[in-house]
Amino acid sequence: MGRYVIRRLLQFIPTVLGTMFLLHYMTALAIQFSGNPVRALFGDRTPPPALLQAITERLGYGDPCLDQRGNPCFGLFADRLQNIFFHFDFGINLRQREVTDLVADAIPFTLKLLVIAILFEAVVGIAAGVLAGLRGGSFADYLVKISTVFVISVPIFVLGVVVREFVGVKFGNVLRGQDWIPDVISSGMFSPVFKPDYPMASLIIPGMVLGATSLAVTARLTRTSIMENIRADYVRTARAKGLTNKRVIGVHTLRNSLIPVITFLGVDIGAAMAGAVVTETIFNVPGIGRLVTMSARTGESSVVVGVVTMLVLVVLVANLLVDLLYAVLDPRIRYE
Amino acid sequence: MSDLTSAGTAVGGAPVGGDGPSTEATTGGEGRSASLWADARRQLLRDPIFVIAFIYVLVVGSMAAFPKLWTSQDPRSCNTDRSRISPSGEHPFGFDILGCDYYAHAIYGARPSMVIAVMATSGIVLFGGTLGLLAGYYGGWVDTIISRVMDIFFSLPFLLGAIVFLTVIKRQNIWTITGVLFLLAWPTIARIIRGSVISSKDLDYVQAAKAVGARNSRLMFRHILPNAIAPMLVYATIVLGSFVAAEATLTFLGVGLQPPAQSWGIMISTHQVYFLEDPWLLLFPCGLLVGTVLSFILMGDALRDALDPKFR
Amino acid sequence: MSTDVNVKLEALAGVDPNALPLQVKDLHVEFRTRNGIAHAVNGVSFDLRAGETRAILGESGCGKSVTAQAIMGILDSPPGFITGGEILYRGVDLLKLPESERRKVRANRIAMIFQDALSALNPVFTVGFQLAELFRKHRGMSRKDAKVRAVELLDLVKIPAASQRVNDYPHQFSGGMRQRVMIAMALALDPEVLIADEPTTALDVTVQAQIMALLAELQRERNMGLVLITHDMGVVADVADRISVMYAGRVIEEAGVNDIYATPAHPYTKGLLESIPRLDLKGHELSAIKGLPPALTNIPPGCAFNPRCRYAQDVCRKDPAPPLYQVSPNRTAACHFWKEVKGDE
Repeated sequence: MGRYVIRRLLQFIPTVLGTMFLLHYMTALAIQFSGNPVRALFGDRTPPPALLQAITERLGYGDPCLDQRGNPCFGLFADRLQNIFFHFDFGINLRQREVTDLVADAIPFTLKLLVIAILFEAVVGIAAGVLAGLRGGSFADYLVKISTVFVISVPIFVLGVVVREFVGVKFGNVLRGQDWIPDVISSGMFSPVFKPDYPMASLIIPGMVLGATSLAVTARLTRTSIMENIRADYVRTARAKGLTNKRVIGVHTLRNSLIPVITFLGVDIGAAMAGAVVTETIFNVPGIGRLVTMSARTGESSVVVGVVTMLVLVVLVANLLVDLLYAVLDPRIRYE
Repeated sequence: MSDLTSAGTAVGGAPVGGDGPSTEATTGGEGRSASLWADARRQLLRDPIFVIAFIYVLVVGSMAAFPKLWTSQDPRSCNTDRSRISPSGEHPFGFDILGCDYYAHAIYGARPSMVIAVMATSGIVLFGGTLGLLAGYYGGWVDTIISRVMDIFFSLPFLLGAIVFLTVIKRQNIWTITGVLFLLAWPTIARIIRGSVISSKDLDYVQAAKAVGARNSRLMFRHILPNAIAPMLVYATIVLGSFVAAEATLTFLGVGLQPPAQSWGIMISTHQVYFLEDPWLLLFPCGLLVGTVLSFILMGDALRDALDPKFR
Repeated sequence: MSTDVNVKLEALAGVDPNALPLQVKDLHVEFRTRNGIAHAVNGVSFDLRAGETRAILGESGCGKSVTAQAIMGILDSPPGFITGGEILYRGVDLLKLPESERRKVRANRIAMIFQDALSALNPVFTVGFQLAELFRKHRGMSRKDAKVRAVELLDLVKIPAASQRVNDYPHQFSGGMRQRVMIAMALALDPEVLIADEPTTALDVTVQAQIMALLAELQRERNMGLVLITHDMGVVADVADRISVMYAGRVIEEAGVNDIYATPAHPYTKGLLESIPRLDLKGHELSAIKGLPPALTNIPPGCAFNPRCRYAQDVCRKDPAPPLYQVSPNRTAACHFWKEVKGDE
């Protein structure tokens, strides 16, 4: 176990550096092709030269390497890494506010959303997958198989918009017309947009939308995994040992089947952070995702770069933890 | 049960004759793959889901390639007097918020999605396929380098990477979107090809061909690559669908195509707030988009079932 | 130990302690697949006495493993279905027992060893857990006591440093050691019948011999009935008392081990024996049975072996299949021409 952890940690460092460089190089290339992004921050207004100069300097966009197309700008990359890892500096926005401050304001909403999404997809997804996997070919199996294909095929923003309009607006209006329904349900949970008055209730539906696609993937993964394992030799052995069906399924089959599922759920935390960009935009949740979209729409690229860099670091750490968890769950990895 | 299955799988490895191992092995491999494809085609044509999905994709493809076939209206001849008029016989999708013919917009909107999806998919198949083949075939340090680079690309969530690039570059057109899809998605195909190359490298008939001194290029293209084609085809089909969805998502977020370009994503994002009064403004583009993505995914699933003998 | 056995015997209604530990009568199993019905077992019968070793011999696909799974009641169903026959444990028909009763028979009275111990042991639990589970679930022991018993069992099957290895996972054992763990697991609850399905096929020849010797020793100590399923004529000759040769889901010859080796009475058995390389026939061409066994979805009419048989005549190609002829008081063979086959030598 110890050696595995050390090896995995050693691999982690180049991956982090590589990913940061990829992000850096994509940004640098884009700047080299389209010019100083700081000017664009101001749109049609002409910024005071001093302010423009200050922000450009602060963000490191004054580096001459950004004028040469294709130059990887290693110096700039080193500066940026230094800022991030030693000063925890992810850049500033147009009003010279630290990106870290902006994120600190937004993160509680995103975290709540993520927890709802992951819980939703784990509980419902695994239950549906187990149900379908144990009864292959049954009605429940076909239902899960077909409905998951549909959910996977619907882009999350389409699902979000349709749910917001159908459930939040139309159905919500009906609920809001009834006096006997408590406000927390009619105006909170079934609100088309996030309501600061109901910080938890009005995140439930956005969270479910965020988790929907992964729920379908979780269900399919659980289903195939169960179907593979239920025919495995060691499950047959467990039966031959005269164990109850409950134990054969619940201990011997599930334990093995859920390893890939739990791994997927772990990796999905990262994917869900990216998905939050869409969901938060649609439901107007003031989290990190909406911060990214709003900044992208107004061209505040420094904020986008800063926030995404931070998110990517979180995703990398999450992936690392998942790998370590995988080793805990599967002894074959641990002793490799 | 083990008795039954072992009897079935005994057909796998082609026997190697003493006098001409190379030719025998080759025909063994090719004969198998030829019948695999013929079987697959027969099974696919009998599969109603595949046929329907395929026809749907053909329809959308022809919209993208020859929009004039489907409509004589110009999506840009707009008149705000006709804003949000409901569908009628002459204008089956009605008019949008700017008073443009919505049906024509939907037809012309197919093009950017399809062009982006097809270009980006071809790109990742060629580039990712080559790298995957090299990594899987040569192994060693080639594999290590390529795999580490793939890991790095995998660590960057697709949507986040695309948003950063498209925001900073500020030129959000077909080319930049294709570019960013290609850049961030090639490792998935490379990983699949690498996996199937590694597993087919050890097959008996490949070893036999190697033993009689076949050159690397011959081994790769005649013996190993054909085995990797099936999973690649399956994945490429599914990727086409997800690229269509990705384009629409980026456009919806405001970092993809910009009006006045025509695109389903723009149609959805412009009209999402009119859902209560005029739901069709939202439902038509959503339906087309979901139908396209669904068709590609169903085709991919059917292909996988047809090409993987395990599922027969 | 012996009191243990008595407790078990009373727990199952209708058990006659004087009846044979295992009798299979006219067992039929079929697999209903998309490509038609595969008749995997078509009327298999045999008896097993206490302390006796019964070998079931045949090529892969002849239905021998399916027979074993049917006896254990662990057939994958669907697609497998038992369509007829009886499986008697001390006079009780197991096929008529409710699942809850049936479960108590498994591992307690009839246990099984599988071919590939690596896949037959659960990869994510320690072997100690998998052994102790038996004592905990069937004997209601505490985790701690069960663990002690698990170590004893590993000792019994001669695994060195048992008290440490009990905490290892299956993949940390060598092939032979893993098969020992399997044997320990099967013997844990002191069963009266042990079914070993190709117990040594996946092992090296030297390890094979060790495992077979261990099995034989433990069998002798406990006076346990052993059903040995194999395709290896060599293994059979060493340990078996009686042999049932199976072909296409039927027993086509049944006899004591010496009779079969000396004078096979069925052309298939004879073919099998002739295909063994023998030192005294060095230089002669090795004869093999030509052709392949029939697909179980499409068994030829008459004697299933007739397309490959050098004795076959018209009568063999017509239904019904040849009955089991009484060759001598203690042996049978399902061949119309058993006299020619036997006398031909």
